[in-house]
Amino acid sequence: MEAFTTHTGRAVPLRRSNVDTDQIIPAHWLKKVTRDGFEDGLFEAWRKDSEFILNRPERQGASVLVAGPDFGTGSSREHAVWALQNYGFQTVISSRFADIFRGNSLKNGLLTVVLPQETVDALWELTEADPTAEVTVDLERRKVLAAGIDADFELDENARWRLLNGLDDISLTLQNEGDIAAYEAARPAHKPRTITA
Amino acid sequence: MGRTLAEKVWDDHVVRRAEGEPDLLFIDLHLLHEVTSPQAFDGLRQNGRQVRRLDLTIATEDHNTPTLDIDKPIADPVSRAQLETLRKNCAEFGVRLHPLGDVEQGVVHVVGPQLGLTQPGTTVVCGDSHTSTHGAFGALAFGIGTSQVEHVLATQTLPLARPKTMAITVDGELPEDVTAKDLILAIIAKIGTGGGQGYILEYRGSAIEKLSMEARMTICNMSIEAGARAGMIAPDETTFAYLKGRDHAPEGEDWDAAVAYWSTLRSDEDAVFDAEVVIDAASLAPFVTWGTNPGQGAPLSANVPDPASYEDASERLAAEKALEYMGLTAGQPLRDIKVDTVFVGSCTNGRIEDLRNAAGLLEGRKVADGVRMLVVPGSVRVALQAVEEGLDKVFKEAGAEWRHAGCSMCLGMNPDQLAPGERSASTSNRNFEGRQGKGGRTHLVSPQVAAATAVLGHLASPADLSDVATTAGV
Ligand code: SF4
Repeated sequence: MEAFTTHTGRAVPLRRSNVDTDQIIPAHWLKKVTRDGFEDGLFEAWRKDSEFILNRPERQGASVLVAGPDFGTGSSREHAVWALQNYGFQTVISSRFADIFRGNSLKNGLLTVVLPQETVDALWELTEADPTAEVTVDLERRKVLAAGIDADFELDENARWRLLNGLDDISLTLQNEGDIAAYEAARPAHKPRTITA
Repeated sequence: MGRTLAEKVWDDHVVRRAEGEPDLLFIDLHLLHEVTSPQAFDGLRQNGRQVRRLDLTIATEDHNTPTLDIDKPIADPVSRAQLETLRKNCAEFGVRLHPLGDVEQGVVHVVGPQLGLTQPGTTVVCGDSHTSTHGAFGALAFGIGTSQVEHVLATQTLPLARPKTMAITVDGELPEDVTAKDLILAIIAKIGTGGGQGYILEYRGSAIEKLSMEARMTICNMSIEAGARAGMIAPDETTFAYLKGRDHAPEGEDWDAAVAYWSTLRSDEDAVFDAEVVIDAASLAPFVTWGTNPGQGAPLSANVPDPASYEDASERLAAEKALEYMGLTAGQPLRDIKVDTVFVGSCTNGRIEDLRNAAGLLEGRKVADGVRMLVVPGSVRVALQAVEEGLDKVFKEAGAEWRHAGCSMCLGMNPDQLAPGERSASTSNRNFEGRQGKGGRTHLVSPQVAAATAVLGHLASPADLSDVATTAGV
């Protein structure tokens, strides 16, 4: 997974609360056998409406999602995170996230930032008034910065360390490469092999 | 202090142990199939990773494969896409694959043991909950999720917290016609579908020691239905004899070294289990389920229970709902329940011994009018062996359908399904609502009870057949 240090991009203000994972990516997308290609399924039902904010020309290429409270509730599908990332979002800001969604985001390197609702409101106002306004999420300094906005956010040290270094579970295990190699070297010869050299 | 079998195997696979972290365990054998692997391979691709140990990885196709017309294209696009994706992934990453049509194809948990890959003292994982089957060899074997599949593909290890251990001791002699399936159904009815949660089960005692490897696999297979991720049986001469000469069993000096190691794999006399259950084999009888989870079972001679008899409110509610779904009334004798379909197969009871047991009762008899009987061997090898022994003829002459190997009606991902309201006696492992087809009603049974039920048209034990003359005059 890619490291996240700091990211600056245009935002999509999503004035909706309780966006559950079924709305983020509907169930019929779960039959897919890949981890990419979910971008067209993102908010699929809402996107049928040409006025939906994601469909607006001035929002194309935006990479910061600013959502209402309780984002990512419902089914535990990891596909919701993949869909947001496939679409191009690097980070989601909300005043409250569902736990499982937050855990899944971390596993995949999507930064979820919790800010007080007043700050979210301020971001909404700013980016609605000026679609070209940029928002910076700085993980090193744990800050969200935009014109007239300078907000600190919390993230537990372990999660921050993993994101800053781009460490998913597999990368973490691979840091113990020496231990794995040593174990492999000591395995008895009688252990089964599926392919005989 | 002594250690249990599970603890010994666990300890032998610890790659790294650190304070406050789960143990990092080495995985000896990783089995793959088409349903739970696609996103794992995709994850590897996106991160530019390879499969670390191709020589400890093997794949087969089972969940979606048809059991008829296997040479024709698969009609359902989702099933076809999953199989094609597995083929592409295996080709791209270099994974050994046994696809539909291959002689080693079959249900993943039948294939591993028959190739001799499942061995005592190994760690075995697969993205499938019935991986517990392989514990019959004294392996530590458990099902994993797709992100763990990716983790094992990339690192050949898994970070895991050590579960507790539970001894299930079965002493005494199993009565005639009482099989491993009856035993495990009785165990689950006793400890409940959540009774094994957080534990590795170890089945032991004189009744277990007498069982064949096939029967031991049936028992370990259903550990998950008691809530346990793994079940184990200490390896012994029966295990060694089963393995000797198989494709991937060790040979020569390696065999001797292996047997020496395998012989150490039993719980020490002074080992302490976190929980213990004792069962008297002699008290058991043929067992069937009446409800919608594997713990809702009773001896065949009993009646459908009255939900009001349950003290626990949630159990009472579960029983009420189950009877409603199953279309049964409290107090109705289980033997009176008529079935439309009989399914013999799955990773629980789709091995050669199971087919022999069912065929033995069907020989010279007929499947009752109006009953459809499907016999689906667990693997192509099992099918070939059955043909060699003439079992396929016995099934066909009795009026049963002899099909190609796969998971089939165990979960109905292929066209083999129950219609809404249809009732089956099934040798598989899950009687959940809709498991064998939307609205389908499942009674879990042994292969022997399946065969007797097919002949009589209602739930029945082999003993009930004594009144039914066989045309063969035996
Ligand atoms: S036979 Fe049934 S339980 Fe076994 S792997 Fe196939 S679907 Fe799962």
